[in-house]
Amino acid sequence: MNHKIYLQDVTLRDGMHAIQHQYGKEKIKEIALKLDQAGVDAIEIAHGDGLAGGSFNYGFGKHTDWEWLEGIKEQLTHAKLTTLILPGIATIHDLKKASQLGVESVRIATHSTEADIAPQHIEAAKKLGMDVGGFLMMSHMNEPKKLAQQAKIMEAAGADCVYVVDSAGALLMDGVADRIKAFRDVLDDNTEIGIHCHHNLSLGVANTIVAFENGANRMDASLAGMGAGAGNCPLEVLVAVLNKMNTEHHSDLFQLMDIADDVIRPLQTRPVRVDRETLSLGYAGVYSSFLIHAERAAEKYGLDTRSILVELGKRKMVGGQEDMIVDVALDISRSAGGT
Amino acid sequence: MSKTKVAIIGSGNIGTDLMIKIIRLSDCLEMSVLVGIDPDSDGLARAKRMNVHTCHTGVDGLIATPEWDEIKLVFDATSAKAHAYNWSKIQAFPDKKMIDLTPAAIGPYLVPPVNFLENIEVPNVNMVTCGGQATIPIVAAINQVAKVYYGEIVASIASKSAGPGTRANIDEFTETTAKAIEEVGGAEKGKAIIVLNPAEPPMVMRDTVFTLSENGDREKIKQSVIDMVTEVQKYVPGYQLHQEVQFDDIPASAPVFIEGLGLKHGLKTTVLLKVVGAGHYLPEYAGNLDIMTSAARATAERIVNLKSGS
Repeated sequence: MNHKIYLQDVTLRDGMHAIQHQYGKEKIKEIALKLDQAGVDAIEIAHGDGLAGGSFNYGFGKHTDWEWLEGIKEQLTHAKLTTLILPGIATIHDLKKASQLGVESVRIATHSTEADIAPQHIEAAKKLGMDVGGFLMMSHMNEPKKLAQQAKIMEAAGADCVYVVDSAGALLMDGVADRIKAFRDVLDDNTEIGIHCHHNLSLGVANTIVAFENGANRMDASLAGMGAGAGNCPLEVLVAVLNKMNTEHHSDLFQLMDIADDVIRPLQTRPVRVDRETLSLGYAGVYSSFLIHAERAAEKYGLDTRSILVELGKRKMVGGQEDMIVDVALDISRSAGGT
Repeated sequence: MSKTKVAIIGSGNIGTDLMIKIIRLSDCLEMSVLVGIDPDSDGLARAKRMNVHTCHTGVDGLIATPEWDEIKLVFDATSAKAHAYNWSKIQAFPDKKMIDLTPAAIGPYLVPPVNFLENIEVPNVNMVTCGGQATIPIVAAINQVAKVYYGEIVASIASKSAGPGTRANIDEFTETTAKAIEEVGGAEKGKAIIVLNPAEPPMVMRDTVFTLSENGDREKIKQSVIDMVTEVQKYVPGYQLHQEVQFDDIPASAPVFIEGLGLKHGLKTTVLLKVVGAGHYLPEYAGNLDIMTSAARATAERIVNLKSGS
């Protein structure tokens, strides 16, 4: 079955990481309405770590998720209002609240080996009438066939789509192709396949296209790449490539280019780009959201960010374990001090 | 002194580990009956090998056993849903006390070094969650010195130590723990996060406590935390303060926005803990199992010792 291209913007969710979850309410609405006008299929809004992510561990937001979400749905002309949750952080209670604010689609995110903590939430979202995506984070840490088994668990619980999620921006193009093919082999034809990339090895666009060519139809991207680490697949670049490939989609390239450069880039407090630190994330296979927390720990304890990130990779830390960044920093500073 | 006879309902990881602890370590509890619902479960097989009476027909079967009359304490290590039924049967026997290890929380939350004495006369006490047992003592210790506005905990456990019950009910963990951080820990607002890590070899349970409190004396806070760790170690020997207590100023000029509390400033305290299991039923990495069963055992022993006046 050929599913239509579905572009989901994550500027207002993953992009939160780049500015420590500090979007103002009005800015969120302005960007969401511009994205709607530019024709993207879905717009995701939440704290970077999903609903209820506001915390010491992940950073407190400027607003609650509910303040960011309210009043948006009513003004969208066609784009779906979506959000994301991580079981273990947010609960079904939060999902219901989002539904009441007009959210009609949700991604349920788990680590790439832990899909079986998601069925309760997937079923609850389906009961609320939502479109549901299963979101297998840190997909590079699980081999293709085993990852596809995890996708199957999410499909069985009712997910309409399952995503390969390269949270660390660590997958090479073959790695993406093998995982998407493995999904297609085991998933029902009606189940869509999605791809979510990070640009840490400068492969965000290439990996998204490879996924598309192997059967993924839902693609995540963000304006100017606004996202954790070196950012996501940049939306305007992806759309330019899709245009040159003569594919069918609904997004307007020039409008997206304008929002990316005129609205998004000026918001960035730390440039979202491939540099020594963000490249280290992709190279060491570390959760991209660790970046700013690791930079802060490096500053507080007088250490090098890269050495913290590399050690986190060695210890096989997974998404959500931001508390272990300070733990690693203290270990490194102790061994450096020789005490 | 004669030992007090106890029964455990639930023959999964938690029930079996608790049984082994009572048999090996307790000088005042006698393991009488392990109750399951699957006659072929590993836990019931283990019980038989250890000469413990077994019953595979749930709480109704337990009440019909010849041992029932003499049993004074019942541990429930099933699920929140099953606990509601089990308690509906057992509350008809006023001479029995219930220690609930599920997140049902029909009775009040109990964290041994914090609020044991408040709950001596209660017929059914709830042991919160593994993450709650590991962290709420620390929230309470900080709150003794400086008023805690907000308490947040992150529990990371090895994937292998999370059984199907935990996985299917992960919201119960976050909700129950958050509530107990408030009710027992004393925080105005509580938040709990749980993360499963599949690394091999499995990682030892880690727990991190973050609090935002009024600007208290840092040395006093540190000492209060260290004293509390020593208290918990009395019944969970593998409980450790893994790093020095960390402090950060949250100045009034750069407050944090906490849902439910609004803009807040004060002192942020970070306590990084590690819980090494005793390796009774699951290996050492399963500190989450160990702290739950150890807290339940400690609670039962204190109840028994108080009653016997020792």
